[in-house]
Amino acid sequence: MTINDLIQVFLFFFLLIGITPVLGNFMERVFTGKKHFLQPVLGWLEKLIYSFTGVSQKDESNWKSYTWGLVVFNFIGFSFVFLLQIIQQWLPFNPARFPGVSWHSAFNTAVSFMTNTNWQGYAGETTLSYLVQMTGLTVQNFVSAATGIAVLLALTRGISRKTTDKLGNFWVDLTRSTIYILLPLSILLAVVLVGQGVIQNFKPYETIHTLQGSEQIIPMGPAASQIAIKQLGTNGGGFFNANSAHPFENPTPFSNFLEMLAILLIPAALTFTFGKMAGSVRHGWTLFTAMFILLIAGLGIALYGEYSGSTVVGHIPHMEGKETRFGITNSVLWATATTAASNGSVNAMHESLSPLAGMVAMINIMLGETIFGGVGTGLYGMVIYVIITVFIAGLMVGRTPEYLGKKIQAFEVQMALIALLSPCLVILLFTAFASVSHAGLSGLNNAGPHGFSEMLYAFASAAGNNGSAFAGLNANTLFYNLTLGIGMLIGRFGVIVPVLAIAGSMAEKKITPFSSGTFRTDNSLFIILLIGVILIIGGLDFFPALSLGPVIEHLLMNSGITF
Amino acid sequence: MEKDMTSKRNTSLFNKKILLQAIKDSVIKLNPVLLIKNPVIFMVGIGSAFTTVIVFAGIFQGSISWFNFQIAVWLWFTVIFANFSEAIAEGRGKAQAESLRKNRTQTQARKISGGKEVLVYATDLKAGDIVVCEAGETIPSDGEVTEGIASVDESAITGESAPVIRESGGDRSAVTGGTKVISDKIFIRITSEPGNTFIDRMIALVEGANRQKTPNEIALSILLSGLSIIFLLVVVTFPSFFDYSLTASGLPATHRLTIPVLIALLVCLIPTTIGGLMSAIGISGMDRLMQRNVIATSGRAIEAAGDVDVLLLDKTGTITLGNRMATDFIPAENISVEELADAAQLSSLSDETPEGRSIVVLAKEKFSIRGRDVHSLNASFIPFTAQTRMSGVDLKTAQGHIRLIRKGSSDAIHTFVQDNNGFFPQKILNIVHELARQGATPLVVAENDKVLGVIHLKDIVKGGIKQRFSELRKMGIKTVMITGDNPLTAAAIAAEAGVDDFMAEAKPEDKLRRIREEQANGHLVGMIGDGTNDAPALAQADVGIAMNSGTQAAREAGNMVDLDSNPTKLIEVVEVGKQLLMTRGALTTFSVANDIAKYFAIIPAIATSLYAVKGSAGPLSALNVMNLNSPQSAILSAIIFNAIIIILLIPLALKGVRYRPVSASKALTRNLFVFGLGGMIAPFIGIKIIDLLINL
Repeated sequence: MTINDLIQVFLFFFLLIGITPVLGNFMERVFTGKKHFLQPVLGWLEKLIYSFTGVSQKDESNWKSYTWGLVVFNFIGFSFVFLLQIIQQWLPFNPARFPGVSWHSAFNTAVSFMTNTNWQGYAGETTLSYLVQMTGLTVQNFVSAATGIAVLLALTRGISRKTTDKLGNFWVDLTRSTIYILLPLSILLAVVLVGQGVIQNFKPYETIHTLQGSEQIIPMGPAASQIAIKQLGTNGGGFFNANSAHPFENPTPFSNFLEMLAILLIPAALTFTFGKMAGSVRHGWTLFTAMFILLIAGLGIALYGEYSGSTVVGHIPHMEGKETRFGITNSVLWATATTAASNGSVNAMHESLSPLAGMVAMINIMLGETIFGGVGTGLYGMVIYVIITVFIAGLMVGRTPEYLGKKIQAFEVQMALIALLSPCLVILLFTAFASVSHAGLSGLNNAGPHGFSEMLYAFASAAGNNGSAFAGLNANTLFYNLTLGIGMLIGRFGVIVPVLAIAGSMAEKKITPFSSGTFRTDNSLFIILLIGVILIIGGLDFFPALSLGPVIEHLLMNSGITF
Repeated sequence: MEKDMTSKRNTSLFNKKILLQAIKDSVIKLNPVLLIKNPVIFMVGIGSAFTTVIVFAGIFQGSISWFNFQIAVWLWFTVIFANFSEAIAEGRGKAQAESLRKNRTQTQARKISGGKEVLVYATDLKAGDIVVCEAGETIPSDGEVTEGIASVDESAITGESAPVIRESGGDRSAVTGGTKVISDKIFIRITSEPGNTFIDRMIALVEGANRQKTPNEIALSILLSGLSIIFLLVVVTFPSFFDYSLTASGLPATHRLTIPVLIALLVCLIPTTIGGLMSAIGISGMDRLMQRNVIATSGRAIEAAGDVDVLLLDKTGTITLGNRMATDFIPAENISVEELADAAQLSSLSDETPEGRSIVVLAKEKFSIRGRDVHSLNASFIPFTAQTRMSGVDLKTAQGHIRLIRKGSSDAIHTFVQDNNGFFPQKILNIVHELARQGATPLVVAENDKVLGVIHLKDIVKGGIKQRFSELRKMGIKTVMITGDNPLTAAAIAAEAGVDDFMAEAKPEDKLRRIREEQANGHLVGMIGDGTNDAPALAQADVGIAMNSGTQAAREAGNMVDLDSNPTKLIEVVEVGKQLLMTRGALTTFSVANDIAKYFAIIPAIATSLYAVKGSAGPLSALNVMNLNSPQSAILSAIIFNAIIIILLIPLALKGVRYRPVSASKALTRNLFVFGLGGMIAPFIGIKIIDLLINL
């Protein structure tokens, strides 16, 4: 690592910490309906949407109808994207004349974008028309992120309110987070990215003649608008197959820096918003710190893994699969951030990461995408861990465990466990099935532990709604499209529904006033505890699997065997 | 006395009889119907049965696997150890129940039926029946004294041999079946149905016969079951991963993982330690309360005691010694102290209240005024009533005029002198206010139209109570003093005792209102009471402790009964509740933290053959940080540790983790260090030692 690398990493985290309270505070104003500076500019749009859809801002719903609204909305989104792909050959904005997509690939992609996973079994530039990309995928990029925020907001209200069953209005939460947060930030980022050279056009693909005299087709399209939201909304689905390693998606070191920052921006700021809305900014920062420590630790291990190299290639960093434009540090930082947040965009191929760095990426995903995590999803996932932590350790102060004044009882524990179990089920069961079945093994491009990692990574990525891949796996098959699609659904709604149930149950409770007998959730001791529980409860489940994948690969690499 | 009680009920941890019974019970408890109540241990039970079947199947095929046999044995031990912990906790309760049963003899009752006495069996008595009991007879069932007064020996339930007074009306009317009338004769209205008397319930409670899981226990078992399911998933999917790796390393299927090894892995990972000890912790919480002579009607109440953050404490008896004492006479202008003392004594001669007696004593000590013979004085005494709020004496002097001497609250005396055409001096009023401000109770003495002066009655705050309250404050518990005193007096005593808040001039309905208010603000309230008018508040409070000396109504309303009738018990009860929850949390943390070491023991052991290069150990043996002897001994050491740790932690589960009155953060730091960090490190050491031992 050079001094230059260090400065970049430092600057990255410095900005992340600096922006958190500013953006977090703004979001709190937006979500609680206070006055803010964007209201005069975009307020008309919010009102227009409400009057058009007949939503009354004041109507609040209980957890069941909140959940119902969310599920219906998502199902409609899914159906739309699914149909659009199947019939794209008859629709406009298809200059490359792509045929309709196979039903299982369309299912996979529709689920993938609805669940904020953005796993891409297809290659964007050779499969989907501009129309599908813009009205299907880009729209889902926005609303899937807004859905995550809505769930978090309902949970926050469940914690901060008392003796009520009202959790807010899903449509209002969805609208506000889209038009005041996601839309303005995306426009801003898209404009800057265009300035850096990211393309934004509706031209047909261009054919150029290379120096060797052969012909090459260069894909075009409205990339910048999709890239901005894919980063900000922790979506990660690239316009092009190579994602942000593609020069049209990510042309310069500056665009690279901005895109990386955009990954963690909203999830980080939401910790502040959450703290403020739940009545303890300190607690918000506590969660931020716990996430931050895990992020830095992961980054450290990954960097060590990359820079220490291996005996096979001599002790030099391996550049295979990484962009020379960005170098090792920026590739590893991106890989860590994109897996910590459930983003999934890449600027280097994760398959080419050293076993340790690949393992960090996998662990980041397996911990439930809670190290900042997806927009909204990361934080509510973290709250699940907080509930488990509070329950286990809270007893040790001699009281029924309570979290921000709310007693944690059987129902909350049960729901939290379902939320933990759902992704776990997908990762372990599906990988187990894939690793002994022909359909699963035929997708592998590599042997040994590395091949195993490809499968493990794919299902982890689906369950965690991350979307990145160990690119070696050929996943556009019936088997993988279906299993991964189902995995994404379980990983998404298997967490959202229990979280909303917890929100509903908590809202009905009283708030126990704070005293010196209260278990504190806003100090360094709690950070240590929380990290401990995340690693032991969330991480140890995968220890056996990981030891047969990246761990063994790392050990073998050290003795000179690679795959 | 309290000390004696404690030692008497404190059956030693491992007394021989209990121990033998517990060993027997732990085998009986292998019955799957009983075992399924504890899902984690049930899982181990299934694993043990499975492994045993495999061992026997091997024997029939002519090959015995000693390794599998040892796994099976240690798995069974794990289940038996868990059962043993429960059995031994129950055993202590059973011993206590037996001693209670001895006192419950088959008595006959003299039932009053249609004005006549009939002899019936005690077990035939129904609620509402009236019975009569005389000296030497055993009270047949629980009831309320409707007529008469008697001294009763309640040692059968309280262990306290000094007799207590039970009388009709008032707050000491409840009698308990099985106790003995020592003197006089009382009529009793039976209040409980047969089989549901206080002693019956007490026996059922200590035996744990119908012990139900408390809310917190339910939540914890959900967590433990959930974790077990997750680990089951880990173990069930592992063979597929392993098979893939076998193929990739070019190894034959004979290297596959065997079912006993997988079961061993599962049992090591699921939280067997806390799973095995959980019910022992709950039962022993009940038991610890018993040792303090408090009976809880449910485990839920003990748990709630840990959560209580507001305590309503009656001033008298809890914060102050029961009685106020006269400490000074302050005469009015132109009156001598002797005159005042004399009048005060006269007015108190037949006042049997402790306050009245203390006035007589003070007059004697200070001014050598002797108590006079009441009858020779030709006096008629005016007792205290709630309406007049004063007491005194009417004397006929030798000269023939009548001396009306009164003592009472300043308001009452004010009215009295005015009615006799006298006036109430401002100076006296000032003295009254000054005394009240200091927390004392001023009693004004008057004769006819003249105010003679003020008696200084002082409340004596109990020694050490201030320290106790400051400890409670550290634990985040607010104390509220309840008193009938006026606000000035109350404030002064509150300050002296160091309570956080007080309610002056409190009526019973104020108590109820206060409890509701606190609960509406999210607090959990604990209180202790005895009278009938306490019953609604006792029922409303989250933890309501009724004194055994109190009324039947109060005993029914509360969820605990204090057999010693000691108001300070409330604080001890809170401590027991906290200790119970702490113990549960500490052992859960320990159990979960153990998993790290077990992974490091088992994973390298079972995966050592994978990707091995010609004869040398596979790369994953690098994870064998404990340097365990062989794969087999590593797996065995892990499950042996897993089983033995349950036995080793039984004393802790029964005694509870050490409790200190400190803030939540301090308690957490300490427990986390011991049980969290300790839980991570201990198994590394333990497994290594066991590995060394079995390879000797």
